[in-house]
Amino acid sequence: MPHILVDNIVKTFRIAQRRPGLWGALHGVVRREYRAIRALDRVSFELDPGELVGYIGPNGAGKSTTVKVLSGILVPDSGRCEIDGRIPWRNRIANAANIGVVFGQRTQLWWDLPVIESFDLLRDIYRIGSGDYERARDELAALMDLEPLYDVPVRQLSLGQRMRCDLAAALLHAPSVLFLDEPTIGLDAVSKLAVRDFIKRLNRERGVTVVLTTHDMDDIEALCDRVMVIGHGKILSDSTLDDLRARVTRERRLIIDLLDEGQAIEDPDVTFISRSGNRVHLQFDPDRVPTAALISRITAKYAIKDLFVENPPIEEIISRLYDEHELR
Amino acid sequence: MQSFVLPYTAVLSARFRMILQYRAAAIAGFVTQIGWGAIRVMAMEAFYRSTSAPQPMHLEDVVTYIWLGQALLGLLPWNPDTEIRNMVRSGTVAYELVRPVNLYTYWFSRSMAFRLAPTFMRSIPLAILALLFFGMQAPASPEALLFWLAATVGAVLLSTALTVILSITLMWTISGEGVSFLVSPLIYFLAGMVIPLPLFPDWAQRVLDILPFRGICDAPFRLYMGHIPATEAWAVLFHQLIWIVILVAFGAWLLSKATRRLVVQGG
Repeated sequence: MPHILVDNIVKTFRIAQRRPGLWGALHGVVRREYRAIRALDRVSFELDPGELVGYIGPNGAGKSTTVKVLSGILVPDSGRCEIDGRIPWRNRIANAANIGVVFGQRTQLWWDLPVIESFDLLRDIYRIGSGDYERARDELAALMDLEPLYDVPVRQLSLGQRMRCDLAAALLHAPSVLFLDEPTIGLDAVSKLAVRDFIKRLNRERGVTVVLTTHDMDDIEALCDRVMVIGHGKILSDSTLDDLRARVTRERRLIIDLLDEGQAIEDPDVTFISRSGNRVHLQFDPDRVPTAALISRITAKYAIKDLFVENPPIEEIISRLYDEHELR
Repeated sequence: MQSFVLPYTAVLSARFRMILQYRAAAIAGFVTQIGWGAIRVMAMEAFYRSTSAPQPMHLEDVVTYIWLGQALLGLLPWNPDTEIRNMVRSGTVAYELVRPVNLYTYWFSRSMAFRLAPTFMRSIPLAILALLFFGMQAPASPEALLFWLAATVGAVLLSTALTVILSITLMWTISGEGVSFLVSPLIYFLAGMVIPLPLFPDWAQRVLDILPFRGICDAPFRLYMGHIPATEAWAVLFHQLIWIVILVAFGAWLLSKATRRLVVQGG
């Protein structure tokens, strides 16, 4: 039996339509028109224990809705869903004791209380025995350096500190599944690395199954072997990251800051994309020309201040997937 | 048993402690309530001076009634729980549903702290001042005191059950301002905070006797001053109990309906 089973889940929201302007607002009072939005359209997947899956897609694609169905917050219109054999929305309380959830844009800590009091409250809410609680808390604190934050009221934490505390809060009761909904949103580079490192260790060392939704391709690259792409409520792709990239696009971006603004870069293996000031965006295929060879060729030929290689942004991969699925 | 109630008592006591931090709000409320109490007392004194007809309540009783009302004003269920309101508006309410607890009981505990904590802070100093300087009387008898205390427990439960219902309506209305706008004058009036309920005409008494609001202020206050004799105290408590059961059952049903159609704000 899979750890998490999602089978043909459909979820529709009814959204009240508002017409623009004052007249529209008045009209809305008298008669409301609703528009049905199919947030999840026959979504299916299975996860094995200990998997770490990236779940990506643009805003409004259905990522958060999936997480909310799995957490028992939303009831789908139809379809089957089980975590460890439990139906989340029917066995909401038992399921809740078995899962940890972090919504990156919101905190589950008590805004006006010091961090440690939020943790203590969660101990009581999850009915964690005090021995287990202290062990879990100290372990999490050691991994993410939380102890200096214990006495700080949550409202005074920086976003990065808050996220570390939120991650710990979701794990005090030692859940077997962790749902992370955009856990790195808005974090600076150092905090992102700390969060990623922690998630990786949690998954590798403790075998916690992790479902990670994100817009940050680097999160996926650093953490996930398996990637699911959702768009318009449908799973568009479910494969390893390399397969996804290979299937959609092989291209890389080469971004160069030139010393001299007037220069133009010409090379048979690159295509010009755009230019602003002395920054030039180029594109190349790493199968046709090895990245290292290309870079040394260009640096030898031109006066360059800085240079870096990027994967095409996630939006582009998704939009190509969309084109492929004729969703536009 | 202890482990069953633990989440609920924990959230109640945490909220209680949190509200006790807001000392400035308590002092402001305290001053306002003394001012309002004085105005209401003066209005009633003027009213009693202008009439020679026998009234259903003595002026001293009315004064005591008013000061008890000012001291326990915080118990009136006139608005939704502000914490739940913020959670619904920001979408943080999603976290409430991933806790392994009964959501109704959990919100009941939260709302009880929301009603109790500010009242607890203001009522004792206000009552002491009113007893010493503003003509509030002591309880009619030790018996009256005991029944008043019991009825006050009932009033807290009644008020909390109503507050939870108001909070649940947020799942439909999101802002909750309309609800407060509609409900608060109604509750003030029907609970006896504008004019003491015994001064209402007879036909109104029959309606007020059925409604739950009498059990929040009016009936406990009159037990305190002996205006309702101790022999009738059990009827008051029974009336409260019935309404508590009805309102809790309705609230739990409403919440289960609300969570089935939940749309979490903001993605």
